[in-house]
Amino acid sequence: MPEHTIKRFEDELTLLKEKVLSMGGLVEKAIRRAINALTEQNTKKARKVIERDKAINALEVEIDNMTRSLLALRQPAASDLRLVIATIKIVTDLERIGDLAENIAESMLQTDEHPLNHTDSLQDLADRAIAQVQDALDAFARNDVDKAMQVISADHKINRAFKSMQRENLTYMLEDPRQISAGLIASNIGKNIERIGDHAVNVAEMVIYMVRGHDIRHVDHETAAALLNGELDE
Amino acid sequence: MSTELENKITVRDLKLWYGDFEALHGINLDIYSGKITAFIGPSGCGKSTFLRTLNRMNDRIPSCRIEGTVLLGEQDIYAPEVDVVQLRTHVGMVFQKPNPFPKSIYENIAYAPRIHGLVDDGPDMDELVETALRKASIWDEVKDKLQQPGTALSGGQQQRLCIARTIAVQPDVILMDEPCSALDPIATAKIEELMDELKQDYTIVIVTHNMQQAARVSDYTAYFYLGDLIEFGETSTIFTAPNKQETEDYITGRFG
Amino acid sequence: MNKSPNILIGSAHPRHKKRERADTRFRWYGLTALGMALAFLVFFFVDIIGQALPAFHQTEVRVDVHYSEAVKSNYNAGIDHKLRRIVSRAWLRTLPALLEKQPELIGQTRTEWVPADSRVDQYIKQHEGHGLKEKYQKTVDAMAAQGNIRQVFNAAFFSSGDSKLPENAGILAAAVGSVFTLLLTMLVAVPIGIMTAIYLEEFAPDNHFTRMIEVNINNLAAIPSILYGLLGLAIFINFMGVPRSSALAGGLTLALMTLPIIIIATRAALRAVPESIREAAYGLGASSLQTVWHHVLPLAMPGILTGSIIGLAQAMGETAPLIIVGMMAYIPEPSSSILDATTVLPAQVYTWSTESLRGYAERTAAGILVLLTVLLSLNALAVALRNRSQQNW
Repeated sequence: MPEHTIKRFEDELTLLKEKVLSMGGLVEKAIRRAINALTEQNTKKARKVIERDKAINALEVEIDNMTRSLLALRQPAASDLRLVIATIKIVTDLERIGDLAENIAESMLQTDEHPLNHTDSLQDLADRAIAQVQDALDAFARNDVDKAMQVISADHKINRAFKSMQRENLTYMLEDPRQISAGLIASNIGKNIERIGDHAVNVAEMVIYMVRGHDIRHVDHETAAALLNGELDE
Repeated sequence: MSTELENKITVRDLKLWYGDFEALHGINLDIYSGKITAFIGPSGCGKSTFLRTLNRMNDRIPSCRIEGTVLLGEQDIYAPEVDVVQLRTHVGMVFQKPNPFPKSIYENIAYAPRIHGLVDDGPDMDELVETALRKASIWDEVKDKLQQPGTALSGGQQQRLCIARTIAVQPDVILMDEPCSALDPIATAKIEELMDELKQDYTIVIVTHNMQQAARVSDYTAYFYLGDLIEFGETSTIFTAPNKQETEDYITGRFG
Repeated sequence: MNKSPNILIGSAHPRHKKRERADTRFRWYGLTALGMALAFLVFFFVDIIGQALPAFHQTEVRVDVHYSEAVKSNYNAGIDHKLRRIVSRAWLRTLPALLEKQPELIGQTRTEWVPADSRVDQYIKQHEGHGLKEKYQKTVDAMAAQGNIRQVFNAAFFSSGDSKLPENAGILAAAVGSVFTLLLTMLVAVPIGIMTAIYLEEFAPDNHFTRMIEVNINNLAAIPSILYGLLGLAIFINFMGVPRSSALAGGLTLALMTLPIIIIATRAALRAVPESIREAAYGLGASSLQTVWHHVLPLAMPGILTGSIIGLAQAMGETAPLIIVGMMAYIPEPSSSILDATTVLPAQVYTWSTESLRGYAERTAAGILVLLTVLLSLNALAVALRNRSQQNW
């Protein structure tokens, strides 16, 4: 794509994208830390996650300011407009992911009294969620529609993994009522991780809107694919 | 989406030459009834030239030659039996620079109805003048000075007077060639508001250099580049997610 | 770059003085040129007015007029022998006719103020070369001492035609000729010129033929005016049989000469009408005729009138082509029709300027003054029209 006639506009858009990606980096790290804190029983790490969420929030405010002034001063159109709109949405999702990571860290701090004995399936769920967030951010960075579609279609796997983790958790709780407190915490953490996956899907959907201009939210997967392919045929 | 839309003007394979230079390369375009269609594109892209083919203002340029068809409703306006004078009463035009005649405000409006014999001078003409001025949202500003020269008005008022003058012959279509390029933002906003009202009764085609203006006022937008119609579609689509890369580049300011 | 605070102070810059001197010098060149032009103009006016003013006064002498039967056959009998060279001979010649009309005067001797001879007039006005003989000078001096000589406003200058006697020569015949000629020029040149210009500017296709016509019109405006005289002689007099020296021949010839000027001025005026006005009219469905007639012409009219008046003023001052069509004639009586032989003001001025008698010299100047007054009035009218046309559209 050729450059903008107005160089500073180009620079501002580039900077905006960079900021979103660095916010994404922070969010990704927060999830990873929170899960590590959980599996390693490392309260220091957990506190650090809670501490670092402030940076994510600050970045959200900064990016929101940037998008506001871009809208007011540059009146972006077409792909530029879509980038700005997508950024506004994505930033909200990233901030929510950050909050969810913070929730996980806070839950971990409660496990002092009720240590979690079975973290394998949580770890597995978390790995999938982290991969989803990574892929969604990748798609954003590279305007990669295919990767975004992969993220969207991979979401059901997380849901399935969450359900099996819940079942497993339930089994533990039935076997040993003393595990019920820990089980509830684990279930809560699992729910948070599953929500992270949902937000990653939101990000991916906004990437598709940003690149193609199609709003595929709230349509079923086949229709979305047909829409994209149909457009590709044109 | 276009099933319920009625074509006011249908252009097919329109080519235009100035001498040996081909200025328009086969334009196909539908202009829908009761809608505002905006033509955008860089200078020299042929959008103004194309606009002028719609009421045959290009006839005045001797070296200009046309091929293809332009239908107003069902009638080919380039058919030999068509009377240009009649055509221009159906397809009126508002120009870039406000150009009221150096006569009174009243005379500016009354002139065209008089030469076309629409009404006789007297109460009927007074009524027609008032109606036209009201429709152009300028009646309240000029009702007490109808006998003053139209050229004494401000630029924005002059342009609305020109619009009223065009309305006075009761056209179907109003062509506007960059009607706000000489006006300040407030006057521009008034004209844009007026266009929105006029849409009820007229089909409007506007050429504009101001993309924001096209985005604000029009229902459909056509992007011209180097004598080609690159893309035509709903304005909301063109300005958020155009289909063609050329349109995208122009709209986002990645041009030249 | 010098960053000192006085960077904007001119004297700090080395080339400032030189530049300023050059500017001053340039301004002085212009002022000098203007001053010289003004000096010539002032000199011209002072000279002409100084020479012309005396012509508006005529010397009269009080003499005894003897009305007798003898006067009818010899007008010299009407006046004392020694005064015959003092009074105007042109007046003496009118005596027989007067007696025919008023026979009751016969036998009377009256003391009357009568026009003086041109030489006496010049002598009284103390002009060099008055040509009055010594003995008459004494008589005149004596009469002046007795109060028998006075100066009155020279009404005859405006009410009579040319004459071989300077004291009786006036500009009426030439003025009437000029009016006839100019009216004809206007009637022929203005409509044809305006219509030609409208066609060329508003309707003519842009092709080799029209371009050739344009070039030729521009050339015609620049060719020496005497050639138009030859053209008029060939076409109007030799071919069409228009009487020589007539106002018709002169008017048509001057019309030929004025046409290109009017065409060029009209085209300029039409071109000055903004294209947007034409577009507005066409856009409302006006026809070409309606557009030109209702909008373009009214706006161009002041410019067209200005151009036409200047063209006509030039025609009025023109002499050369009229010499060729025979208008340098001796015309004592104002003509009564456009076919009569006539002369025009500038030709009359020229005729007088070639006469040797001193009395004609001041009449030449007076004629020039009258001509200038008319021309300046015409130009002032043109300027007034132009100023009126400076409206914005």
